[in-house]
Amino acid sequence: MIANKNGGLLVTPNPHIKTTMNTQRIMLCVIIALLPALVASTVIFGARALILAAVCIAASVFFEWLYERIMHKPSTIYDLSACVTGLLLAMNLPVTMPYWMAIIGCAVAIIVVKQLFGGLGQNFANPAITARIVLFISFASQMSTWADPSKGRVLLASDAVTGATPLGIFNLNGAEKAQSTFSDLQMFLGTTGGSMGEVCALALLCGGLFLIFMRVISAWTPAAFLGTIAVLSLCAGVDPIWQICAGGAMLGAFFMATDYATTPVTAGGKIVFGIGCGCITMLIRLFGSYPEGVSFSILIMNLLTPLIDQLFEKQLYGNPAKERKKAAKEAEKAAKEGAN
Amino acid sequence: MSLFSHHLHSIHVPHHKDTASFESVEMPVPEKVYISMSQHIGRPCQPLVKKGDHVLVGQLIGDIDAPVSAPIYSSVSGDVTAIETDRSALGGMDTYVVIASDGKQEKAEGLEPPVCETKDDFIKAVRASGVVGLGGASFPTSVKFNPANLNEVDTFIVNGAECEPFITSDHRNMLERTDDIVNGIKLIIRYLGISHMYIAIENNKPDAIAKIREAVSGIPECQVHELKSTYPQGAERVLIHEVTGKTLNAGELPASVGCILSNVTTVMVIGSYFRTGMPMVSRNVTIAGNAVTNPGNYIIPIGTRYCDIIDFAGGYKNQPRKIIAGGPMMGKAQSSDGSVTVKNTGAVLFFDETQSWDIDPTPCINCGRCHRACPFGLMPKEYAKAYKNGDAQRLKDIKVMECMNCGSCSFVCPARKPLAFLNTLAKSMVKEAGL
Repeated sequence: MIANKNGGLLVTPNPHIKTTMNTQRIMLCVIIALLPALVASTVIFGARALILAAVCIAASVFFEWLYERIMHKPSTIYDLSACVTGLLLAMNLPVTMPYWMAIIGCAVAIIVVKQLFGGLGQNFANPAITARIVLFISFASQMSTWADPSKGRVLLASDAVTGATPLGIFNLNGAEKAQSTFSDLQMFLGTTGGSMGEVCALALLCGGLFLIFMRVISAWTPAAFLGTIAVLSLCAGVDPIWQICAGGAMLGAFFMATDYATTPVTAGGKIVFGIGCGCITMLIRLFGSYPEGVSFSILIMNLLTPLIDQLFEKQLYGNPAKERKKAAKEAEKAAKEGAN
Repeated sequence: MSLFSHHLHSIHVPHHKDTASFESVEMPVPEKVYISMSQHIGRPCQPLVKKGDHVLVGQLIGDIDAPVSAPIYSSVSGDVTAIETDRSALGGMDTYVVIASDGKQEKAEGLEPPVCETKDDFIKAVRASGVVGLGGASFPTSVKFNPANLNEVDTFIVNGAECEPFITSDHRNMLERTDDIVNGIKLIIRYLGISHMYIAIENNKPDAIAKIREAVSGIPECQVHELKSTYPQGAERVLIHEVTGKTLNAGELPASVGCILSNVTTVMVIGSYFRTGMPMVSRNVTIAGNAVTNPGNYIIPIGTRYCDIIDFAGGYKNQPRKIIAGGPMMGKAQSSDGSVTVKNTGAVLFFDETQSWDIDPTPCINCGRCHRACPFGLMPKEYAKAYKNGDAQRLKDIKVMECMNCGSCSFVCPARKPLAFLNTLAKSMVKEAGL
């Protein structure tokens, strides 16, 4: 009875329509969201920022291609995830970072942190954050040499006049000195020392809101992260807005603590994750010997992610009281049968 | 479930309700119909006719004495040319009664509107109408209307959500067959003792909402409930939550929270059976997709082959690449256009190359969109992982069995993973493991 006037029909499982959003577009959204911060850092620090970002992106894509070539895996460079990692790592470096060190950072991020653990979506720690920490420990002096944007823009690393970052002063000289040296407006616009991408809170906020608007990230993590920093700042008697704009808080909250692979999936998990990040960040800033703790806080919370996920994964729609009753009834029945 | 909202998670799918304004057109009977003996959930019917028999429209040709079943009637008048076994629209094997139409459409004798005195008479008449859940589940309506705790049921929800894209047959029925729907509603209220009757319609069908609201304005038990136009509003547990606020646990019957749900076309068929005495032999089917020359809503005899429908709808405009029985979210792709319509075929979609995608999945990026899309907050990405590891115990622990295969997770997945299909495979893995 099968007529089949037309061969070559596609028989696939339902559903037969799909959203247009795919991995590549998500990554493109993240890149677009980082562009304001990249432009801001170029304006603030000079052309070297742009060159360093380009070097990091190129190196990351190259290492991704190289690893997959050597391991005979299908190439994934077109999904743009390596570009995002490279750009994020650049945002986390001082503008004066020697190029070859940045390239080592890219190798760590792509090969060690991402690919050795199974590639896209399988890594348990954020590649850019981990690479930043590896560089920070390996090249401590270069990673804590900060160009002072008020003393001119930089094209060659040797041109830079260095100065202290707001959180450096906060760590060494205390809150009052730091808050009087840098006003909230300065902190918000980012005309201070610091990593390339983290200084301009305004640009990061624009990018973050764009990601939330595009539904690429949910607002839970950044809200919990920055909210916790604000609350703890108030408790400690320091300026909350200053703390939110300082260091990597904005960059971390919108772009690193929202990384899909390494953070919880559920809304409840995201809130726990954000609160955890905020607490650890503030603990390090207030009591630690390092001036800044965002990257450590995110890395530590990355490691806790599987546990947080487990905590929330069984919260399904349904009436738990009724279900418990049913289970109790069944247990009673089984006990009775056992007794008989 | 959303943190600060009483709505369940749902997703926005493109509506494509292009045929909504197309009035239903009666299709002439095809030369041959192939009537499946398995048009409901439960044991298939036994054919009651044999090769060479002459049958009339509305004549009983298949039935079985099983608790969960519905009888099957001939949709044409003519001669039985064969009883054969072939592949069904859902992929299994079915027995078909093949009838060559004589084109006269003579009605069987004794088709009188049923006379009802009691609830049992009504249930018997509903079974005799041959109607099953026409929203897609094909559960025999007479069984659904007669739960063990019927005295606890006070709420009835008529499901006119039609949340699947493309399908407009329920919408057209609400506009064109309002009288039969209202008649069915009145019968249900009277015989099942319903005190709250809701007609739930998505707000992308304002004309249907207005028409039904006007038609039921004289019935005090009735009210129209406007749903937001998201997917899957028409799913049983979702609809009960959205309309009544009650929570139905997985695996429970709606009657356990005092509800019965029925598709609007099912109610219409009951209403029309009590008016004319003609059991279910044809239905309104939406024919759509880029490959069809004249898309529209056609009243088609049950057992018509898709290729005959296409001939009536002006033939193929483009080469079809995918033929779907049902809507694009939950419908089943067909291997040929020789498949036939059954009672619950609300739509047949003929997609051309541009509408059919066949992309290889990329790695999961753990974005959690599948979890956020799921109305019940399930974790499709975890199921996919556990299924790959062959871990049936974990699949059961994280409740894969609650998946209703609505397809929302696959729809939103940016990695293009067939998550809903993996859930189905995972469910059968749990069943096979005997957990």
